[in-house]
Amino acid sequence: MALPAASAGANPGTAALLSIENISLRFGGLKALSDVSFHVRHGELFSIIGPNGAGKTSMLNCISGRYTPSEGRVVFNGEDVTRLKPNRRAAIGIGRTFQNLALFSHMSVLDNIMVGRHHLLKNNFLTGALYWIGGAQKEELEHRRKVEEVIDFLDIQHVRKASAGTLSYGLRKRVELARAVALEPKLILLDEPMAGMNLEEKEDMARYIVDLNEEWGMTIIMIEHDMGVVMDISHRVMVLDFGRKLVEGEPAEVLADPHVRKAYLGEDDLDEAAPAALTA
Amino acid sequence: MAIDTLRPCGDYRTSYKADQTIFATRLTMLFCVAGVVLACFAPFFFSRYILSLMIQIGYLGIAALGLNILVGFSGQISVGHAVFFGFGGFASAFLANKGVPVPLAIVLAGLWTTAVGLLFGLPAARVKGLYLAIATLAAQFILQDFFVRAEWFTGGTHGAMAAPFTLFGYDLSGDDRYFYVVLFFVVVMYLGAANLMRSRDGRALIAVRDHYLSAEMMGVNLTKYRTMAFGISSFYAGIGGALYAHYVGFMSVEGLDILFSIQFLGMIIIGGLGSIMGSLMGTIFMVLLPEATGWLASALSGSVIDQVLHLKDGLTYMREMLIGLTIILFLIFEPDGLAHRWRLIKAYWKLYPFSY
Repeated sequence: MALPAASAGANPGTAALLSIENISLRFGGLKALSDVSFHVRHGELFSIIGPNGAGKTSMLNCISGRYTPSEGRVVFNGEDVTRLKPNRRAAIGIGRTFQNLALFSHMSVLDNIMVGRHHLLKNNFLTGALYWIGGAQKEELEHRRKVEEVIDFLDIQHVRKASAGTLSYGLRKRVELARAVALEPKLILLDEPMAGMNLEEKEDMARYIVDLNEEWGMTIIMIEHDMGVVMDISHRVMVLDFGRKLVEGEPAEVLADPHVRKAYLGEDDLDEAAPAALTA
Repeated sequence: MAIDTLRPCGDYRTSYKADQTIFATRLTMLFCVAGVVLACFAPFFFSRYILSLMIQIGYLGIAALGLNILVGFSGQISVGHAVFFGFGGFASAFLANKGVPVPLAIVLAGLWTTAVGLLFGLPAARVKGLYLAIATLAAQFILQDFFVRAEWFTGGTHGAMAAPFTLFGYDLSGDDRYFYVVLFFVVVMYLGAANLMRSRDGRALIAVRDHYLSAEMMGVNLTKYRTMAFGISSFYAGIGGALYAHYVGFMSVEGLDILFSIQFLGMIIIGGLGSIMGSLMGTIFMVLLPEATGWLASALSGSVIDQVLHLKDGLTYMREMLIGLTIILFLIFEPDGLAHRWRLIKAYWKLYPFSY
């Protein structure tokens, strides 16, 4: 399944933006990930699925730098970033959202999204404190314009001045996505963007993700449990189970795979078939 | 800065510039400007006693704002703020005695204190919460001891003389003139903090407080900002201390104990953690509280209560008990401080009589 690591910028669509090479992650005796490899191409919408505890979030944490893999390499845009500090990754173009809400709850929505532009802003505590002198104001206002574009895109104009902690769950998830988009990343990692949402919110969120991918040209890696959404919008899907890669491929292939059905999706006739198989 | 849920009718903003102001509404800004302008006339109307209280509020308010940036905005803790206040005082006195003009000495003392604060803030890169509290407690005791021993710098137990404040040969040292010096510094330092909090690094400080993991993903260097908060906080403390030294004309190690540090914490808790104006409100409260106790005690002198409690003898103890009591009461009934209470009052009047 794995593609050969193509040189960056060769042919968008087939060239790998992110290559995960034989990653293993151990916590003491526990092996969270063992020998996982995959490639994500430029402009792809790639999903990671699997049962709880399969290592999906650990995988994202390895990409975003929260964890350093025990073995293997993470290559992003032709650059080995395995040991790059998490706070340096925003600048090279990796953004993410979190599974559990991770907004700055006492800040306004606007300021939350402005933090996303941290690595793009240049003013510091001195020019910031002087504000009117030294260009901080000008810069802030320019970036405010960019932030407003993101706000428009995600349709959160009505809450831009609200304190993030007071918002509903679905809106908070949307603000978190807005914050990650404001980073202007090449690759955006979404950890369960639709968890705990109602149908309408899920549909909206799926639309935003597809738009980000198709119109904004962002490469997306998504972890999600809603199979309907995953199979509908992903270009390719990878299945993890007990820290191992089961399969990787187009949604239809993955759906048809017997291992995946057994480990995660479940089979309609399995419940009846299993006892029969045991007695046989 | 940008949280304002109650904006008057018809207040539509048509530019981002108009929407990124320090003050929520134009009226609030005009009130603040009017407040400063009125304060400029204070020396013509008030007695020296009231002026001295206002000066006290000024230099303590600057230092309290520094602590609020550290505790309220960046979510760390320091129980050694008093020694940075003291260091600023000693440093400015020292520099002035070496021949540096006093206004320059105050600013340099602030920078010098920043360097010391950064040094003691280094543990912040590693530890949090209780452990950080203990690390800053160490700073409190180490520097306090340093002040006693470093006679070349502080004059040891005798203390150091601080030259009076002069600007271009013009003497600004009396209460009525020094008032303007303090007012100037208060306005500049508070505006600086307000600006900081609506620009990149201020937002990063708050982000580190609210959710450090996602702040890191946004490209915020946690170590840098945690240490920076100590630096900025010490700068404010240093300026406050230097203003104090040149006001009194004398700097001594006495009074720079942990109780003073805790008083600073009390100011920002009462005023409101993470609120710039709250720092000033808390300071006003903390300065006036002992005074009010004094007034009350003298008003009650000779009464039955006085005869039972011996108010005059117990006044000092009662003041300290009252400080403790108010901090506890605020923690229970108004943990967001006076600044929050003020917002509620404003909201009440704006919505009256249809508050639903």
